[in-house]
Amino acid sequence: MQIYLPIAEVSVNVFLLFGLGGLVGVLSGMFGVGGGFLITPLLFFMGIPPAVAVATGANQIVASSISGVLAHFKRKTVDLRMGFVLLAGGLVGAALGVWIFNLLKGLGQVDLLVRLCYVVFLGIIGGLMFIESVNAIFKSRKGAVPKRRHHGWVHGLPFKMRFRTSGLYISAIPPVLVGLSVGVLAAIMGVGGGFIMVPAMIYLLGMPTKVVVGTSLFQIIFVSAFTTLLHATTNYTVDIMLALVLILGGVIGAQIGTAFGTRLKAEQLRIALASLVLLVCGKLALDLFITPSELYELVAP
Amino acid sequence: MRLLAALLLLLAALPARAEEVVLGLSRDSVSITTDFDGSDILIFGAVKRETAIQAVPPLQVIVTVEGPLEPVTVWRKARRLGIWVNAEAVEIDSAPSFYAVATSAPWKESISAVEDLRHGVSIPRAIRSVGAPMDIMDSEAFTEALIRVREEQGLYRVEEESVELRDSTLFDTSITMPANISEGRYLTRVFLTRGGKVVSAHESEIQVGKVGLERWLFTLSRQMPLAYGLLSLAIAALAGWGASALFRAIRSG
Repeated sequence: MQIYLPIAEVSVNVFLLFGLGGLVGVLSGMFGVGGGFLITPLLFFMGIPPAVAVATGANQIVASSISGVLAHFKRKTVDLRMGFVLLAGGLVGAALGVWIFNLLKGLGQVDLLVRLCYVVFLGIIGGLMFIESVNAIFKSRKGAVPKRRHHGWVHGLPFKMRFRTSGLYISAIPPVLVGLSVGVLAAIMGVGGGFIMVPAMIYLLGMPTKVVVGTSLFQIIFVSAFTTLLHATTNYTVDIMLALVLILGGVIGAQIGTAFGTRLKAEQLRIALASLVLLVCGKLALDLFITPSELYELVAP
Repeated sequence: MRLLAALLLLLAALPARAEEVVLGLSRDSVSITTDFDGSDILIFGAVKRETAIQAVPPLQVIVTVEGPLEPVTVWRKARRLGIWVNAEAVEIDSAPSFYAVATSAPWKESISAVEDLRHGVSIPRAIRSVGAPMDIMDSEAFTEALIRVREEQGLYRVEEESVELRDSTLFDTSITMPANISEGRYLTRVFLTRGGKVVSAHESEIQVGKVGLERWLFTLSRQMPLAYGLLSLAIAALAGWGASALFRAIRSG
């Protein structure tokens, strides 16, 4: 059954879209990521214009993050104070990101920018995560106690704040910067940024793993909502129909994913996520390097 | 002298008047609804004439359907630092968003190059270009690429010998519009030709537009983008909350 998308102005198979939403939902339930880094490139492959894919992806993330964060609120694994500090940076970053996005759209380079961002960030994050989880598995086999590293340069900065839920007393500058950079990426890549923020929160801010996912989801809701609004008012590229089908698939998938996730070990989960990230990165990188079959591209001004 | 010339011209034009198109369309509007998956339009008609059918040269029919004209930028990729990037652009002033040509005979027998140029019948003639920057020498390659890409998307199509012509009088053809067509007024033209010369032409219009929910959402997104954005967020929030509440209920009940 085909469905006509009023903003994207293309007709796509509704079951394929629903399945895509569902698949991403499963992953977000399992790993606590929004799944935008998968949805946006997959929408490209389905023939949805990149600008619509990015903007609608942001809208879909709002729904999946809300669905995910509610469970974390119940378990009290959301550091609200940290969430608001991250958010302050995130909103500024999102505005900056949409500005950059529109600037490059005018230059005809937005597609390249989005793809390059994906390759670079998925490559770095996926690689680091993969190495780290492999190490963690070896260490746990040897029976060594994982050591928490502390007191780096991060702890010498001013504006210290106490984050009770995370049990941290650190400067507000690193979280604001983390939020800011994730906000920029959210706007450009149509992602929530969880796959960047989660490692950043663990390794850069030293937050305990159990509050990381909930806090990340909490701030992603607002950053993606803000991004959605900016895209809707400056580019008119948010497609409600597309978002709705993806959301319906996504929220169902997320519940299935959450059930799966609790049965797997943290290291196994991380290694699986890392492999997935690297796979998507590899596919996108290949597309950049291989001579395209069609050298020309049409862009409506 | 001038009067004589005018008279001669009128006489020369007379045979052209002898055959005229009477056109029918299976419909004069196409509605883009939620389940829109393209559309076929049947174009049929007859040749009205007062004289006996002239056998040589044979009568041919050409049907064109042209979507709204829009400007478009054609980018060409080039390898820079190992990766493929958009390097050069040519702006095409106006190209039809959709263009279909159907003929009753092979193209060469249907219309001469001069008549094609005069009436803008073939796809290259329907595209108006080219403000190519000075440094681009091969601007035709960009126009060719535009045609190639749109042909692959099913937006430009040339269907030779797809017009059925019976007894040089009745004709019909079917034009397929893909799901990714844009809105607007579609111009339908029918040309009668003999020996490559146009003897009669007729124009008509088909209205293509979104209706119902599609129309409402599109209009809202353009005219009240903030309200549209808030609506999309409200739907997302409701779906996210609703789903988790629903599944909690299922699990506990």
